[in-house]
Amino acid sequence: MILKSMRRWVGAAACLAATTALAGTASAEVNLSGKTVEFVIPFSESGGTARWANFMAPFLSEHLPGNPTVVVRYRPGAGSVSGANWFQEQDTADGTLIFGTSGSTQFPYLLGDPRVRYEYNDWKVLLVSGTGGVAYLPPETAAMMNGLDASGLRGQNFIWGVQSATGLDLVPNLAWQMLGLNVESVLGMEGRGDGRLMFERGEANIDYQTSSAYIKSVQPMVDSGMAVPIMAWGALDDDGNIVRDPTFPDIPTFKEVCDATPDCATEGLTWDAWVTLFTAGFPANKMLFLPGTASQEMVDTYTKALQEIFARDDFWAVASGELGVYPQMTGAAAQAAFRLGTQVKPEAREFVVNWLKESYGVVLE
Amino acid sequence: MELLATAGPALMEALALILQPQQIGFLVCGVLLGLVIGVFPGLGGIAGLSLVLPFMFGMDPVAGLALMIGLIAVVPTSDTFSSVLLGIPGSAASQATVLDGFPLAKRGEAGRALAAAFVSSLFGGLFGALVLTTMIFFARPLILAFNIPAMLAVTLLGLSMVAILAGRIPLKGIVAAGLGLLAGTIGLGGPGGSPRMSTYDTPYLLEGFSLVIVGLGIFAIPEIVSLLRQDRAISKSGTLGRGWLDGLRDWTRNIWLSVKCSGIGVMVGMIPGLGGTVVDWIAYGYTVQSAKDKSQFGKGDIRGVIGPESSNNAKEGGGLVPTLVFGIPGSASMAVFIGGLALLGYEAGPHMVRNNLDVTYTIVWSLALANVVGAGLCIFLANPIARLTTIRFTLLAPFLFMMIAFAAFQARQSLGDLVALMVIGLIGIFLRRFDFSRAAFLIGFVLSSQAEAYASQFYQIASSRMRQGGFEGVLDYVGTPLVFGILVLTVASVWIGLKQGKHVYGNDSTPVGAKRAPVIFMLAITLYVAVSVWNATTIGFAGDKVFPLTVGTVTLVGCSLLLLRMRRAAEDDAIFADNEQGGEDGAAPHGLWATLGWFAGLLALSALFGFIIALAIFLLAFFRVRAQVSWERTLLLSASAITLICVLAGSLGRDFPPGLLQQFVDLPWPLT
Repeated sequence: MILKSMRRWVGAAACLAATTALAGTASAEVNLSGKTVEFVIPFSESGGTARWANFMAPFLSEHLPGNPTVVVRYRPGAGSVSGANWFQEQDTADGTLIFGTSGSTQFPYLLGDPRVRYEYNDWKVLLVSGTGGVAYLPPETAAMMNGLDASGLRGQNFIWGVQSATGLDLVPNLAWQMLGLNVESVLGMEGRGDGRLMFERGEANIDYQTSSAYIKSVQPMVDSGMAVPIMAWGALDDDGNIVRDPTFPDIPTFKEVCDATPDCATEGLTWDAWVTLFTAGFPANKMLFLPGTASQEMVDTYTKALQEIFARDDFWAVASGELGVYPQMTGAAAQAAFRLGTQVKPEAREFVVNWLKESYGVVLE
Repeated sequence: MELLATAGPALMEALALILQPQQIGFLVCGVLLGLVIGVFPGLGGIAGLSLVLPFMFGMDPVAGLALMIGLIAVVPTSDTFSSVLLGIPGSAASQATVLDGFPLAKRGEAGRALAAAFVSSLFGGLFGALVLTTMIFFARPLILAFNIPAMLAVTLLGLSMVAILAGRIPLKGIVAAGLGLLAGTIGLGGPGGSPRMSTYDTPYLLEGFSLVIVGLGIFAIPEIVSLLRQDRAISKSGTLGRGWLDGLRDWTRNIWLSVKCSGIGVMVGMIPGLGGTVVDWIAYGYTVQSAKDKSQFGKGDIRGVIGPESSNNAKEGGGLVPTLVFGIPGSASMAVFIGGLALLGYEAGPHMVRNNLDVTYTIVWSLALANVVGAGLCIFLANPIARLTTIRFTLLAPFLFMMIAFAAFQARQSLGDLVALMVIGLIGIFLRRFDFSRAAFLIGFVLSSQAEAYASQFYQIASSRMRQGGFEGVLDYVGTPLVFGILVLTVASVWIGLKQGKHVYGNDSTPVGAKRAPVIFMLAITLYVAVSVWNATTIGFAGDKVFPLTVGTVTLVGCSLLLLRMRRAAEDDAIFADNEQGGEDGAAPHGLWATLGWFAGLLALSALFGFIIALAIFLLAFFRVRAQVSWERTLLLSASAITLICVLAGSLGRDFPPGLLQQFVDLPWPLT
């Protein structure tokens, strides 16, 4: 009796396997059913990239063919360099490994950090998503600006909290410098939220936040007259020009402010360096990759799943607070954004490396 | 305040929201999960939260909150099991519980200690929930008052606890704390990212040691090895003496202590950036300082359990205050919690408190209910689980080695984790043997990075103010009543500590004997400190240089003074304390190195064959050869151990350390 029913099961299983195999060859489609996809990020559980990955994982699971289990794994270390070095050596081609990075992974790569052993161009990019940022001041200081001209701020002594000299905070730091502001960096914040607390406590008197943090934490301060936004970093249009950030259409861009401020040039080496860093850090803030060994078919499968996710209304209802209203680029758009975010002119790189050395004593050799 | 007028009804609405069968079901689910996670040493709330996060999207918000809060709230309750019963800190929040809880278990009073701990946890948790209810309206100015100088002052207050935990010779405590601080500076410097005591060729060291590994190495390994050498049950009498009713009575007798320590827990938890890892130490330090009779601390004083356990549950309520008021996580587990909130469609921050007060208050109710359910279950389970202390330890030890190796491996998922655990365990063994305060070492390690960060930020801001406003500008910045008050507390704490610390662990004298071993260890420490100081001088970036240089120099002076005293003192001076010269360790039937060899064997086998295969070999050999049980039991115990670890790793979605073999052969999970 038992034997008989067992035989029936085996038969059914074999039948099922055969049909699946047939279906597989017929449509040549990827099926991840029963598999576990590892979504590896080179950060710890507590960072913004972890939030992003944990947010995306259940959606991926739902939209990938065969509904695989998607688990987020953390490989933190050396500001994401360790995890990226690890991913460089992976050759899992069956779609069960994806890797998420942030601007903090791009900067060491772009600046030629000696610890970097990874090469972005070896990987297959699936998704590039952006964010923006807004700089703000206490009201009495903001009043010293003459329209868009920031030269009235030059006599002030500014302090702000910075995470690390070589991280995303490079972008605003270079902007302060170009505007001729006298800003001292207090290094060693554990997150941008700590910098904002310093501002709220009156220990810092200039700060910026990325879009979602600005909307939920700084906007209330602006509404109650405790802070005034002075500029946003902006967004890139299809031709790669810096335009107003669609999330903050009323806030001028740094480019506008720089244009209106004497001795601040929106061309030349310094400006090129700023644009490069901005592009790498903000419009291409989060990226998702398959290992270089993955087939085009696998890339297409993931791209399709991502596009389905972004087409969902209920996704955006929740995601707008988490990811902002920035484009989630897949396919050719992702390729273009990827190139912008991972390439740097040698002159611009050299400029930043020298500037870091002079202003912070940080040596990248 | 119009908000207050809405608070009462909202609180009731929230209660109605949570008192639905479905929500209660999810709450209990969270509680059970949290209990299990907490019981396993080294896995904290973050591991548990990461487990439920994938299910959050699309869940009913109240049910999702109940699940997450239930989980977070009870981890500091159930982590007490391993702290008290096995001497292994169950999570970072209950390190201080080990100091008195474990000696109680050794005396056969595990049931009593656990019961007292759980009632304290319950009370602390409810206290935290109560404070959270009102504080989300008033906390803003309070939290903003804690500027960087104030946080630096609180960090110093934490370090001042070293004075009372230092043991018989205060100088040894300072050296131990200095070593801990230096161990915390290993890796890329916080302010500028220069490598310290590491190079780019040693990638493991670059990232520094994780707290889990240091906690397990310093506390767990020395105790496990020591017990294993004696080959007996944890409870010396082999029985369970006083039970849980005594524990309840102990708590009612010390109810004020519990109130005060809960207050400390809420306060420290509420300040973002201080983190929950110090809270138990500050509470323990306070408990000892405020006690009249200090002679039993460290040997099994129930108050040493009640204090930290009251504070570590209260801290979760406190930690939720900045999380909800500012959207800034008070600890790493709160950061993951914020991520979970986002999946439920809420953004932690002022917006949520203002517009979704009822949902916000379900957090409070969940916190309170979870503490009641969690503590109730734990009290119910206390006596049966306490029976673990009557089992022959040799049968328990392989399970523990397996668990702590697995927990340590979660830090970096590299074989280096196991090596680090072994090396730090060895340091822990020697600190214990030569009577250096391991608590002081751990406090130093825990506070190292924040002491450096706040000191460096304070220095940067102060010097900028100096340039602008001169000395007055600095004074304006530092001279707030808050900073002054904390500094007064710090000085008082050091004073009380130095005056009375001797009595805390001073009554039973550690055996003394030959000079040679203590002197060799002392020379080794001094050498390491000297190398650290030299290494610090080679750093170019001032921000990364000053802290290790200062701490190293102070420690080096301490070492020199100790060596000087060793030169002069007679052989029977307390400075030559060596546990191998007598007492339990000296009389143990098994040698130190042979026992440690078993663990080293597991490590070496893992490097060759990967963790699971190595574990199988280790377990079979250990049960058969060392424990000398029959083949049937050997197989049964080994199989159950491996099943346990595979189920745990499978459900958490974790891998095991791979070895050389895995580089050549592709093996299926769990052998990978």
